Amino acid sequence: MARYDRAITVFSPDGHLFQVEYALEAVRKGNAAVGVRGTDTVVLGVEKKSAAKLQDSRSVRKIVNLDNHIALACAGLKADARVLINRARIECQSHRLTVEDPVTVEYITRYIAGLQQKYTQSGGVRPFGLSTLIIGFDPYTGVPSLYQTDPSGTFSAWKANATGRNSNSIREFLEKNYKETHGQETVVESGGKNIEVAVMTKDQGLRQLEEAEIDAIVAEIEAEKAAAEAAKKGPARDA
Amino acid sequence: MKLDTTGLESALPLFGANCQMVDGFTAAPAFELPTTLDFDGFQKEAIQMVKPAKGTTTLAFIFKEGVMVAADSRASMGGYISSQSVKKIIEINPYMLGTMAGGAADCQFWHRNLGIKVCRLHELANKRRISVTGASKLLANILYSYRGMGLSVGTMIAGWDETGPGLYYVDSEGGRLKGPRFSVGSGSPYAYGVLDSGYRYDMSIEEAAELARRAIYHATFRDGASGGVASVYHVGPNGWKKLSGDDVGELHYKYYPVTPSTVEQEMVEVSAA
Repeated sequence: MARYDRAITVFSPDGHLFQVEYALEAVRKGNAAVGVRGTDTVVLGVEKKSAAKLQDSRSVRKIVNLDNHIALACAGLKADARVLINRARIECQSHRLTVEDPVTVEYITRYIAGLQQKYTQSGGVRPFGLSTLIIGFDPYTGVPSLYQTDPSGTFSAWKANATGRNSNSIREFLEKNYKETHGQETVVESGGKNIEVAVMTKDQGLRQLEEAEIDAIVAEIEAEKAAAEAAKKGPARDA
Repeated sequence: MKLDTTGLESALPLFGANCQMVDGFTAAPAFELPTTLDFDGFQKEAIQMVKPAKGTTTLAFIFKEGVMVAADSRASMGGYISSQSVKKIIEINPYMLGTMAGGAADCQFWHRNLGIKVCRLHELANKRRISVTGASKLLANILYSYRGMGLSVGTMIAGWDETGPGLYYVDSEGGRLKGPRFSVGSGSPYAYGVLDSGYRYDMSIEEAAELARRAIYHATFRDGASGGVASVYHVGPNGWKKLSGDDVGELHYKYYPVTPSTVEQEMVEVSAA
């Protein structure tokens, strides 16, 4: 019995759950994930580490569908993510079966967060090492939402958020530049070059952007930035 | 006293994705099974004993202004009328009604259970009301899990939710049907006759109430197991409201008033000769 008890999450004398905090550390080391909610669109972006030449990049999808109207991206341990995503997908269908209604974003977020919490209060298991960003539309009102969960099992709704590597600086950027409109450009700008982007609208569901589209947007942003730089330098030189 | 030890249980097994079904959504309340040597035989006997007689008349239909629900109020045990004042329309919550046919205790218990444990908890957890579809599906699943154990429930769930008026028939065999008009009970053939021939979608509330009342009355007239008071409820966008509760005996004289017939010959007093 004593050996069984070794790998549990217990309180430290000053009230911390160290296993959960270490899990958050694992999240901080994972690839960045960004989400932005607009008035009728929600966008997810995930940093792609440079693909090995021989690897089939299509098998490494970082943004996944939980249902027709819900998508998820995460930062942290990808193997843990697979388990969580499978359970969430089953719950989406189970809900459709028992109440003949698709899940709301809040419901499935609550389910995933509840699952993450269960593993912080059980014997013989460790917490899930990932934070998720969940986007979707309410099946009846059509309102878009963005939620975030973390290894401790807490969740909250966001207008825009980032998790994973450099999430603090990305969040600062989002705070400065967020406007309640189409968020595609904001996501790409904050992400950088090696990024996988997916856009979800109410009617068309989730759409992964092609590399060509992403390159085009990046080029557009770089051009805007260059123009802004030039405008700043211009007047100074004249004076 | 049974202690609640769910908090001490270890996490769900990591292998096998077939352990999700106990998240409160599809789990039936944990009643202990009877300790018999022959459970199947026991089930058969239980069903024989209860013999879904469903001596009653209940009906409900959807129309332009919502859902109309009506029922009689007689309870019978064989040939003995045990009560003339049974409430057969059960108020699940302010916007949903259920009707009772079959075992009175079964219907009352499961409707209350539905209202509190299913509907109210759903409201609190999800910050929105449960749909009529969802509530009826959950009740049907619960009844299905007790299939063969002698429950006798033939109920209609009527309500108004985000998608408008809803009406479902749910029974203890686990069946669930969606439809615009239903009547349940031993008097239902008679009620259907009146209801189906007089039904129009675009009736006013008064017309629909009168149709429901007449259908119940005619069923109580011909069916011995139905009688008492004909109650009529209306479910609209703001919830349900009881419209009337008329004694069927009085309704009879309203529909078929006694006309004093003209006498051909009066008896005249013969003067003593």
